[in-house]
Amino acid sequence: MSPAGASGRLELHIKQKSYRAVAGGGRLHVLGELSIALDKGQVAALVGPSGCGKTTLLRIVTGLDHDFEGTVSLPVNCKLGVVFQEPRLLPWRTVEENIRLIAPQASAQSLETLFATLGLAEHRQHYPGALSLGQARRVALARAFAVEPDFLILDEPFVSLDAALADRLRGELSELVFRRPVTTLIVTHNIEEAIGLADRVFLLSSSPAHVLADVPIEHPRKPRSADEIAVMANKIRGFADSAH
Amino acid sequence: MKSLLHLGSILLLLLTWIIGSHVIGARLLPEPSAVALALVDEARSGALMFNLSATLLRVFAAFAIAMVLGTVIGLLMGRNAIFDWLADPWLIVLLNLPALVIIVLAYIWAGLTDTAAIAAVALNKLPVTIVTIREGARALDPTLDEMATVYRMNSAARLLYVILPQLAPYLVATARAGLSLVWKIVLIVEMLGRPNGVGFEIGAAFQLFDVTRILAYALAFTVVMLAIEALLVQPLERHVSRWRLRPA
Repeated sequence: MSPAGASGRLELHIKQKSYRAVAGGGRLHVLGELSIALDKGQVAALVGPSGCGKTTLLRIVTGLDHDFEGTVSLPVNCKLGVVFQEPRLLPWRTVEENIRLIAPQASAQSLETLFATLGLAEHRQHYPGALSLGQARRVALARAFAVEPDFLILDEPFVSLDAALADRLRGELSELVFRRPVTTLIVTHNIEEAIGLADRVFLLSSSPAHVLADVPIEHPRKPRSADEIAVMANKIRGFADSAH
Repeated sequence: MKSLLHLGSILLLLLTWIIGSHVIGARLLPEPSAVALALVDEARSGALMFNLSATLLRVFAAFAIAMVLGTVIGLLMGRNAIFDWLADPWLIVLLNLPALVIIVLAYIWAGLTDTAAIAAVALNKLPVTIVTIREGARALDPTLDEMATVYRMNSAARLLYVILPQLAPYLVATARAGLSLVWKIVLIVEMLGRPNGVGFEIGAAFQLFDVTRILAYALAFTVVMLAIEALLVQPLERHVSRWRLRPA
């Protein structure tokens, strides 16, 4: 039993998840038995090979997919902030309207700060069609933070961006999470990214996914040298190799 | 450049008309000037305004009913498979029922009234609207839907900001095609069972073989509908597509 007032705690127990295969009538086994629990304010990264079911897992956590065996417990009325792989903005609304429609309670002051942090100040009145992918991703990030979520979920938020921009956005994300601590689940296939952002790394196997290792990161989100990151990354990769 | 071409095209139409009038005779095809004179006469007597407004009221009533009902039903059919299967046979029957059958039955069942006239026209337009909006509802972006779900948008906001903007091109297409279909059917309905309106006047002129009056009313009404297209439909279309990037 989680104590009363522990809002923001996530508990996920999945027995299995499968899809009906398109051809042949069999079932495609995507997720195996896996359990993940996050305390309030924890930032966890899910790392695994592509196609291992990470996005499926997020769809279950966000309540978009109910067709699975197992349980998800999120606090009642918990506010979600979700950054999908694609920005998913409303193309017929400006950047600012996109955020205000989703977060009508956000104060002008907090939006101002958010736009400034993410370098979007001069794009407020632009339509999403006029933005680059990197800018649109930042708007999606701003939208997720503007709702002041209890629980933040990011699905490969920096994939297919150039390295320098992805680094900057990672820095901005760390800063936002530092400023307003929020339980966070980040999906990525980039181990270095996971080490840089999270305080716990869940290493997933290939499909049907289960948890290979749950690695705590000491002193998370502190600047580290490339060598330190490489040592941690090798340690985590070691878990994946020993599983084979 | 564009307006110059339009002007040239209209002049060419007038010229063809004048030559045609000389070739087949003024009784069958009166000259533009004769039609213009007849138009002025009708306008002076007040008959033109009276008949035009009677017809326009019927057009807008039938159009509004068909658009609202068609959008609601089309959206339901596009989003809900069970409702789609249930309603599809009805839709196909309605789509393939000849306009004349609907009009005659409406007059028989509801009497020679404006209610029957407007209902008959709306029923003719309704299935076309449903089919178009259903296609639009099937093409709705599921990723935006999921976004609205995880951010708990309420259903009013969802309809207004997520669904209707995606349906806008389908709504404009069906509105445009619908307006022209509706006014043509309104004229037939008026000719068959109403004592006023452009359709009634054309019917009367047909009995007297008065081609000049037929053309005068047809012309007047076409001009009104063109004005509606230019002043109402096109600005609306520009407004709903303002966010699209213009091709350079």
